[in-house]
Amino acid sequence: MTARDLIPIAVLTILAALLPLVVTSSPVLNFLVFMLIVALGAQGWNILGGFGGQFSFGHAAFFGTGAYVTAILQLRYGVNAWAGLVLATGAGAVVGWSIGYLSFRSGLRGSYFALVTLAFAEVFRILANAASFTGGAAGLLIKLDVSPANLQFADRAVFYWLVLALVAAVLLLTRWIQRSRFGAQLVAVRENEDAAKALGVDSLAVKLRAIALSGAVTALSGCLYAQYFLYIDANIAYGSWISVELLLAPIIGGVGTVFGPVVGALTLHGLGEVAKQFAGRIPGIDLIVFGGVLVLAVAFARGGILGLLERLRDRGRGMVARGTKEVSHAGR
Amino acid sequence: MGRSVQDSAFSGISRRTVLKAGAAAAAFAAVPVAAPSILRAQTPAAVKIGILQPVTGALAHDGDLGRLGAEMAINEINAAGGIKSLGGAKIEMLFGDARSTPEAGTQEVERMQAEGVSAIVGGFASPICLAASQAAARYDLPYLVDVGVSDQIMTRGLANTFRFSPGFGKVTQVALDNLTAINDRAGKPAKTVVLVHEDGLFGSGLAKLLQAELPKRGFEILETIAHPTPARDMSNVALRIRSLNPDLVIPSNYYGEFVLLARTMQQQRIKPKGVYAILGGAASNGRFVKEFPQAAQNVIDCNHWHDPKNPKALALRKAVEGQGKSFAYNVSLNYSNLLLLADAIERAGSTDRKKIIEALNASTFAGHIMPYGPTKFVNGQNEGATPINTQIQGEDIKVIFPDAFAEAKANFPAA
Amino acid sequence: MYSPQIILEAALNGLMTGAVYALIALGLTLIYGVLHIINFAHGALLTCAMFGVWIAWAWLGMDPYLVILPLVPLMFALGYGLQRFVIGPASHGDDGNILLVTLGLSIVLENVLLALFQSDTRTLDTDYSFQVVALGPLLLSYPRVIGLGVAVVVTGLLWLVLNRTDTGKAIRAVAKEKLGANLVGIDVPHVYAVTFGMGCACLAVAAGLLMPTFYVNPRIGGAFVLVAFTVVVLGGMGSLPGALLGGLFIGVVESLCGLFLGDSLGQIGIFLIFIAVLLVRPTGLFGAKA
Repeated sequence: MTARDLIPIAVLTILAALLPLVVTSSPVLNFLVFMLIVALGAQGWNILGGFGGQFSFGHAAFFGTGAYVTAILQLRYGVNAWAGLVLATGAGAVVGWSIGYLSFRSGLRGSYFALVTLAFAEVFRILANAASFTGGAAGLLIKLDVSPANLQFADRAVFYWLVLALVAAVLLLTRWIQRSRFGAQLVAVRENEDAAKALGVDSLAVKLRAIALSGAVTALSGCLYAQYFLYIDANIAYGSWISVELLLAPIIGGVGTVFGPVVGALTLHGLGEVAKQFAGRIPGIDLIVFGGVLVLAVAFARGGILGLLERLRDRGRGMVARGTKEVSHAGR
Repeated sequence: MGRSVQDSAFSGISRRTVLKAGAAAAAFAAVPVAAPSILRAQTPAAVKIGILQPVTGALAHDGDLGRLGAEMAINEINAAGGIKSLGGAKIEMLFGDARSTPEAGTQEVERMQAEGVSAIVGGFASPICLAASQAAARYDLPYLVDVGVSDQIMTRGLANTFRFSPGFGKVTQVALDNLTAINDRAGKPAKTVVLVHEDGLFGSGLAKLLQAELPKRGFEILETIAHPTPARDMSNVALRIRSLNPDLVIPSNYYGEFVLLARTMQQQRIKPKGVYAILGGAASNGRFVKEFPQAAQNVIDCNHWHDPKNPKALALRKAVEGQGKSFAYNVSLNYSNLLLLADAIERAGSTDRKKIIEALNASTFAGHIMPYGPTKFVNGQNEGATPINTQIQGEDIKVIFPDAFAEAKANFPAA
Repeated sequence: MYSPQIILEAALNGLMTGAVYALIALGLTLIYGVLHIINFAHGALLTCAMFGVWIAWAWLGMDPYLVILPLVPLMFALGYGLQRFVIGPASHGDDGNILLVTLGLSIVLENVLLALFQSDTRTLDTDYSFQVVALGPLLLSYPRVIGLGVAVVVTGLLWLVLNRTDTGKAIRAVAKEKLGANLVGIDVPHVYAVTFGMGCACLAVAAGLLMPTFYVNPRIGGAFVLVAFTVVVLGGMGSLPGALLGGLFIGVVESLCGLFLGDSLGQIGIFLIFIAVLLVRPTGLFGAKA
């Protein structure tokens, strides 16, 4: 990675970190924290789905695992919340690797892989809802005990900074993947798995690494969710809502790009907040707008928002180029 | 989509955090009153109260009824001159859609806090109540749980959280006591029981308590059957009930499933001596009675219910039904909660949160329409709160137990 | 632990429930077989059809079975229009996009229904809703017996349409070789839209069969969609007989699992089968052609 790779991430992170000093409104901070938790999970999805081209419909399996592992460790075994965070992330990697091992070894791709992940998430949901050590349907309530040692902060801004730091770390990780040999192999598998294999890429190993990383990052976001709201149940942790949300954010923002998931999460949730102005008393109007915008975005903004921006920029450059007869594309 | 209580495959999206400000019924116009002889330059500032209900997502129907109850109480309070100790300040409703999810509930609490509410009422589902009351606790903002029955809500030691209605433990206890009393009175015809419950927080929690308690009271549990919400089919449940042939069926599930179960039992010609629902989704619902009178006949429910002998309750019922809405228990509960809160603010003589909490803790409010008697909060829980028993008889839902509130005799065992 | 009679009855119940699953899956598998897309709006479209039946019953007093007759062309038109004017143009032929567009559509449809009808659960009542057919000691639900019969007939009809008509031939040609079909002058977007319309028409039939005994609210479609996916995978994506057999099989499995494990955990049986089939034999148990 070069300085050019790092600077945008560093600048954006610092700007975002300064935000709570300017905006002291609690609703805004609360909104940003939840948005960033979703963005983090979406970054996890993007590693596997964006770079690896393996569309998962069941990332709830990882999100929920992260949430449950940290909650159970704290409640049943008295493990410290910070340790719980680390262990939950590890558990996400293990679950990711296992699901990947089963599905990739059977050669599942495309729709089939999407469906099998969906089914895994559903199985987890039903089990978590029925088993007693997950609290069954009553869910788990993490004890309210505000103290930095317990990963609970009196000031919402602190939690915001924590999530932001993790999002930034994953941005760096994603940038590294993009630049690394592993990333190149992953993209090769996405573009043409057979060709990649022919070139000597161990596609199974590459995909397994990707899904383990992806599972870990998404589990981390699940863990943060549990820690922020202090309550989870099977439908929250393993529900299909989170699978859908983690998949939509990168696709809206720009699939397979470093910033796509964050841009997408911000757009989706921002849109939700704007749409509420239209809502009035009729239920669902805002969501109709939302669904419609989604369809329109797909119809007119291929490659997500970042893709759209890039095309606009290219078009702008193209015009400039035509105007000045300058054809140099140095720097691209 | 509203996954807090139930989750369907791809409806997950309707849960997105969006909130909306309901048009406040009590939109208060601050017109200065010219009253030269009295030293009053202007009308006092309105008291803002946050009403949190899930009006989109899985629980939208319930949330809508909860909002209706709150609205009617606020209109009534304002029409009667507002909060007198605050110079007749009107109550202004600040509505928030909890979207049937905990994080949307939290976000709404943050918004209400930012807009300066004095207290929040509502939540409906336990997961929403858990998250929302916790968020309100950060600001010492009084939070009145309207329905959420989970016992976890009241055991966290949050000083701001109050529950006027009974929790699980209490409901189950009373349901069992009343069942035993009704059964004893009829000469103990029921000995064997099958439990049918939905597999969420509400149904499973109840089943667990019943499994522990029923045998102690001489009932034999033949089987406990769990089903998901939504359930596509009840024939299996009905088949098992038929093969076990219990004296009593105790269901705890939501509207759609209970209707399906009752109709399937009717179809399979299963006629136990009694169907005794606890917090039954349909068993105290006017629509069920109207649409399926045969399947609904003689179903007993132990549930939140207004005091049928309270004239105020009857007037409210008339007004609600006049709007074409059903007079469900969460209408009465939200209505009562608002009256209770207004009384506390009245006595506090201030919108200071600490003073409102103090006033709530000292409350002996009896002007509500529930069969609870004077209010008495211990650690936030209203000690007098209790469910009562209703039975569907003919085309009406009648209170049958306890005798102090009963409108009719229990038809048990069902003929 | 259960008498053979109960087990037999549960199996028969499952078979009959499975027939409705099969109908829903038929539409899904047809669309997958030709367009090669997973239609995520399928559940929301089913909910639309169910509301259609309910409206005709509540407002016009029509019998739910009779409603099927006008509802089939209506749902066909809706499906045709959606594919032709929304999904097709919006997705630019990219699979990931189609997925998103159908997801967006399902959000829109579900919430339009929510805005129109609120989240209330609605039921309808007919004389025969809870009648039973006594088969010796067994009591079989009359509407379900009808459902089983209709499902078999509809599958047969669909098969005939696909194999004996020109439209059917065009559909099969597009399914097999899109480019080639295009070259010989088949209007591919039209065929896609017809297929999508036929898939939706199946939902109209399923809705008519469900409503006499079931209820509808704006979110109900989701309850059936995951099962329908399972059926489609089990039967082999794109295979009509596979969908029918898969539906019946899943119905029986669900019913028996429900009987022995309880209805909550019984759901797991379905998903485990689903996962196992995908992992071991992704082309489906019934050896379907892709």
